[in-house]
Amino acid sequence: MDYVLLAAVAIKVTLIVVICIAIVPIMTWVERRGAGVLQMRLGPNRVGPFGLFQPVADGLKFFFKEDLLPPFANRPVFVMAPFVAMAAAICALAVIPFGSVLTVLGRKIPLVIADVDAGVLLLLAASSMGVYGIIMAGWSSNNKYSQYGGLRSSAQIISYELALGLAVIAVLVLSGTLRPTAIVIQQAESWWNVLYLPLGFLLLLISGFAETNRLPFDLPEAESELVGGYHTEYSSMKFSMFFMAEYLNMVVSACLLVTLYLGGYAVPGFIRNALGLSGNWLAAAEVATFFAKVFFFLWLFVWVRWTLPRFRFDQLMHIGWKILIPLGFLNVIWAALLVVWGVRS
Amino acid sequence: MLVFFVVAAVAVGAALVVVIHRNPVIQALSLVVFLLAVAGVFVLLNAQFLAALQVIIYAGAIVVLITFVIMLLNLGPEARGGPGIPTLLIAFLLGALLIGVLGRAGLTFEPLAANTPVSPDGVLPHAPGYGSVGAFGRALFSTYFYPFEAVSLAIVAALTGAVLLAKRKLED
Repeated sequence: MDYVLLAAVAIKVTLIVVICIAIVPIMTWVERRGAGVLQMRLGPNRVGPFGLFQPVADGLKFFFKEDLLPPFANRPVFVMAPFVAMAAAICALAVIPFGSVLTVLGRKIPLVIADVDAGVLLLLAASSMGVYGIIMAGWSSNNKYSQYGGLRSSAQIISYELALGLAVIAVLVLSGTLRPTAIVIQQAESWWNVLYLPLGFLLLLISGFAETNRLPFDLPEAESELVGGYHTEYSSMKFSMFFMAEYLNMVVSACLLVTLYLGGYAVPGFIRNALGLSGNWLAAAEVATFFAKVFFFLWLFVWVRWTLPRFRFDQLMHIGWKILIPLGFLNVIWAALLVVWGVRS
Repeated sequence: MLVFFVVAAVAVGAALVVVIHRNPVIQALSLVVFLLAVAGVFVLLNAQFLAALQVIIYAGAIVVLITFVIMLLNLGPEARGGPGIPTLLIAFLLGALLIGVLGRAGLTFEPLAANTPVSPDGVLPHAPGYGSVGAFGRALFSTYFYPFEAVSLAIVAALTGAVLLAKRKLED
């Protein structure tokens, strides 16, 4: 048993979870300031420089709020729901490669928590568990608004998971492997998958918005119709955990897009040659590249949220079943044709 | 071994809740726990691909649909009388049959020796790449091709039936 490798795994797990949770307060700040910019106003600017400490103030406020439990709620399910939502989001991060290898004390440490054969499938499996948090919250609250939110959410997530799955399958057909690290290396050696499958990229992006319940697909928490949606009855840190789960899902969605379609952590060759990067410097540059791409998509989520209005529910179902899924099949056929023509090899 | 017993205990406990509990939503949620535990058993058998599929298809899609329908119809706790004597008798006979078959399989089970000849398609345990996606796909589309196609046909039949039933209701 090599204790250095064991410690490395423990440190990797801790670091990745901490970094991804730390993205949440940063994103709440970006979201509110971004909303300010897009609506030509200032946004929160009183707590600290540029309002940077606003998330800290919000976090403290959540800790000191009373934790209400509705009297007719189903207690165990009500308490467990936010944990399920958050655990599912964190699990999905386990198979995402953040970089190639780091050399510490003469040992090569891969910068991915679990490099498994069926990695992409495990990611889909973990993220498909997230809907249970919302369903459990909606049902156990014993509140009609929560119930509607939970129902809408499960219908929406089932519908868009199909389009998302088809967009992922196209990449798997093209690359012939389910291992995320192998998919990234293939893209580094030829071109990014988005150039071969532009349609698939769009499908994954759109269904990413739907899967994370973000505008224009945020019907499960449409505040003008449902008060707060599935988390109407939640307060204090339990509400905060749903909030964090939503942002973590955005991070997972962005990581999936970057890994499958945009070359993952790979540093473009001309930059690597220009700076003469190698060894651990290259690994650091790879992690930086990965997070730069992820942050672009997180910004895109914010940008779209404050730009587009919400869909009606029938429009949502129409787009999901009658437009995205047929396009998804077309995209898979296109990927198969590319393989037959030998475009990639 | 310890992990197996923990996972198995969770599976059996969750399965019992599915059968005994009277609240349909709790039953559906326990079914999810049970399916996840079975996926855990698959991982212990080195069949990660199967485990991932189990979670995506059963826990992630089918039970979500079941829960959706339960919530849409807003079913309360089940009001049921005790099952009749014939039902109980059939249940007892089937249960005894299942326990008999499984018990016989468990008693006569011999672990494969380490030097068991390895089949080229990686179907047998201990083959290199056993349980991987490649081995799984090759076995599915060569050795088990006809059963696989038969199952596809059954699913198409079920789909057609569902469409027919839905259409008829609309015309009435």
